[in-house]
Amino acid sequence: MQNAPDAVASDAAAGEARQFISFTIGDEEYGVDIMAIREIKGWTATTELPNTPPYVRGVINLRGAIVPIFDLRTRFGGGVTTASARHVIMVVSVRARVVGILVDAVADIITITAGNIQPVPELERKTDSTFLSGLVTVEGRMVALLDLDSLFDAELTADLHSFAA
Amino acid sequence: MAEDQSTDLSRFKATYFEECAELLTTAEETIARLQDGSASDDDLNAVFRCVHSIKGGAGAFSFDGLVHFAHVLETSLDLLRSGRAAMTPQVADLLVRGNDVLGDYVRAAQEGVELPPGHGREIMDQLAAIITGAPVAAAVSAPAPAAAPAAAPPADPAERKWCILFQPAPGMLRTGNDPLLLLRELAGLGVMTVEADRTRLPGLAEMDAMESYLSWTVTVVTDKPRAAIEEVFEFVSGDTATVSIEAISPGAPDEAAAAEATEGEGWGLFTPLAAAAPAVAEPPRPAAAAPKADTPKADASAHGPVHTASIRVDLDKIDRLVNMVGELVITQAMLGQQTTHFSVESHPELIQGLQELSHHTRELQESVMAIRAQPVKALFSRAPRLVRDLSAKLGKQVRLVMSGENTEVDKTVIEQLSDPMTHLIRNSLDHGLETPEERTAAGKPAEGTVHLAAEHRSGRIIIEVGDDGRGIDRRRVLEKAVEKGLVERGSQLTDEQIDALIFAPGFSTATEVSDVSGRGVGMDVVRKNIQDVGGRVVVQSTPGQGSRFILSLPLTLAVMDGMLVAVGGQRYVLPLTNIVESLRPTQQQARSLVNIGNVLVLRGEYIRLIPLHQLFGIADAVTDPTRALVVVVETEGGDRIGLQVDELLGQQQVVIKSLDANYRPVQGISAATILGDGRVALILDVGALRAMGERMPGAGGAEPMPAEAAE
Repeated sequence: MQNAPDAVASDAAAGEARQFISFTIGDEEYGVDIMAIREIKGWTATTELPNTPPYVRGVINLRGAIVPIFDLRTRFGGGVTTASARHVIMVVSVRARVVGILVDAVADIITITAGNIQPVPELERKTDSTFLSGLVTVEGRMVALLDLDSLFDAELTADLHSFAA
Repeated sequence: MAEDQSTDLSRFKATYFEECAELLTTAEETIARLQDGSASDDDLNAVFRCVHSIKGGAGAFSFDGLVHFAHVLETSLDLLRSGRAAMTPQVADLLVRGNDVLGDYVRAAQEGVELPPGHGREIMDQLAAIITGAPVAAAVSAPAPAAAPAAAPPADPAERKWCILFQPAPGMLRTGNDPLLLLRELAGLGVMTVEADRTRLPGLAEMDAMESYLSWTVTVVTDKPRAAIEEVFEFVSGDTATVSIEAISPGAPDEAAAAEATEGEGWGLFTPLAAAAPAVAEPPRPAAAAPKADTPKADASAHGPVHTASIRVDLDKIDRLVNMVGELVITQAMLGQQTTHFSVESHPELIQGLQELSHHTRELQESVMAIRAQPVKALFSRAPRLVRDLSAKLGKQVRLVMSGENTEVDKTVIEQLSDPMTHLIRNSLDHGLETPEERTAAGKPAEGTVHLAAEHRSGRIIIEVGDDGRGIDRRRVLEKAVEKGLVERGSQLTDEQIDALIFAPGFSTATEVSDVSGRGVGMDVVRKNIQDVGGRVVVQSTPGQGSRFILSLPLTLAVMDGMLVAVGGQRYVLPLTNIVESLRPTQQQARSLVNIGNVLVLRGEYIRLIPLHQLFGIADAVTDPTRALVVVVETEGGDRIGLQVDELLGQQQVVIKSLDANYRPVQGISAATILGDGRVALILDVGALRAMGERMPGAGGAEPMPAEAAE
């Protein structure tokens, strides 16, 4: 944040400016609130979890913590990413948990004021629109802002304790 | 400055309240022993000390209400322990309630609220009745020496002369006791003369400044009772000093008369009347008119709070330590792995150093875990109270039997179990046990039994809550489950499956909602709490004979010994404690039975064979059992299953890392760990695997399990 004096300026002007980190999956660009991001690291091999949905790529060791990795492309119905060393894991904190999301590449840091965020049109059905909190246009590109909470809602709260019955 | 002071004070307060909580629990446990009659004199002293300590701290912080109540309780306890008031079941009950009220006062002080002025008044009045009625009660309980005590007022205003022999043990100074302070305190009681015994004093050259060589004979003339003198030596235990207190009474004729009677009755004023018989009188000290049993010495040696050398440590600090040791174990495993190809010949010192490192790491880890271990007594100690209150409320006669209270388990496990245990006990009393009439009609003793047991079994702790009540009414359970839509009408369930239904969310068979249990939010929460700490709960029930809830929990939440196995490209850790043996089955040993699945024939025994690759849907694994390895494992229930894996990679110590801290529980997996190469490996949950295996498609071909099937 120190590297963006213009961001500070617009902060003061608009009052509600927020910063997002944008990343790409294929041709699409998504944004995540910078405050949710803990770190960004290169892809490392995961340990698969048995009997989990395909978008759960498994878990990695992040300095002693076990962190699950979700393939966002698969989550959005785009097939399984063939991960390579060039792919990126964005480690985010959501609902007091730390999870990694696998994306193709990090694109940009963007500063947006609340007024610039447009609602997701009803017809946008390519991805499940409840995962998106809004759309913004940055230098002619459309960036879809992710709502991490609802994205991982089912994933992190589902109760698997039902087997003993 | 002022702020500093107040934070300092609040820190002391926090410590004080922590201590209070412990003291109250100890007092309650001890009073419970008094109630069932298994108590010794020391127990009364212990309760007295607890109350006394609470009062002392309360005085320092000016919690006046607390001080006042504690004082009344303390005074009556003092009378009881000196035998001037008799211990009866009513009195014991009163003490229980007194302890409760004391707890109320402590909590009120902690939360900074004022209790209503009359709080505990009734108890206090009854306690006061003990105090005032003391001599009478004593005389009734011990009629033989009636003349003497009746003549003796509870607190004799006349001055008496006491002879105190005070002989510090050589190490007394090291325990933080200063004889000088004690002597000064004695001096504060009245007129004192001291005579020091210097015979043991060595020459200056041989003298160790940390040793105490002197002993003293102190004569005090005071109007204070014996208890006041005992109080000075309250915290001097038998290990640190020998103390004897004798009265040399110049002006108490009736006491002298009493002293001339037989030894058993020669108690004088301030020693137990009722407990006169087993008195062991010490040889009379110089010119002692009334030989006395040295009660202060006896109780001090039993419960010296001074010589339990322990410190209070913040749990966070221990957790950090545990984590660091965990990381160390991983690093050590990594080093071991990196150096496997070094031979002892080429790097003798390195190899030896690594071996020592491994040895020390393990020892360090065990020591750290021992810090956190606590006996389950802490968990069980609440049960007597709960049972007492509930049985009164429900009109049932209940006997509580506990065993294995000293079984140790990690502190966090104990904390997590407190609520589930309470609920299970409630459940047993409310739903399990019948009323005395029903029991008699069923030919059972009117008094029901609730049994709490704990033991270590195959690296886990097993806690059992059992009762000899009516057992689970399976017909009604099934009816209710159908009614609630938990199972489909007409489905065929085994007895175990029906019993397990009581853990289903929202299930409760109580026809009327009672205030004890039966809100239907119980058993599923119990199960969830237990699963949260990596445990399992099962119920075994025999109609008409009772039910047993069996909780199986990991001993520690941190480290365990595991066997690393490979299945396809995946590596898993099997808890070593579960493993019985491993083998490569022959064609004859591995059979596939229609509708049952794969079985392993082992020395005439049939064992269910569960191919792990099939259960977990791993594609590149060895499918033919005769070319794979089978690890025979035993679940806590004693069932054996054969897990088919590709190969064994070796044994190693693993640090248990939670999977659901950042994700959620995965079926068949109890936790994760980090291997020497930094990769994550999953730890298998044998019990859950067995359950999963039972639901596998019967024919058990080589086709992988569908992903959802397990859920």
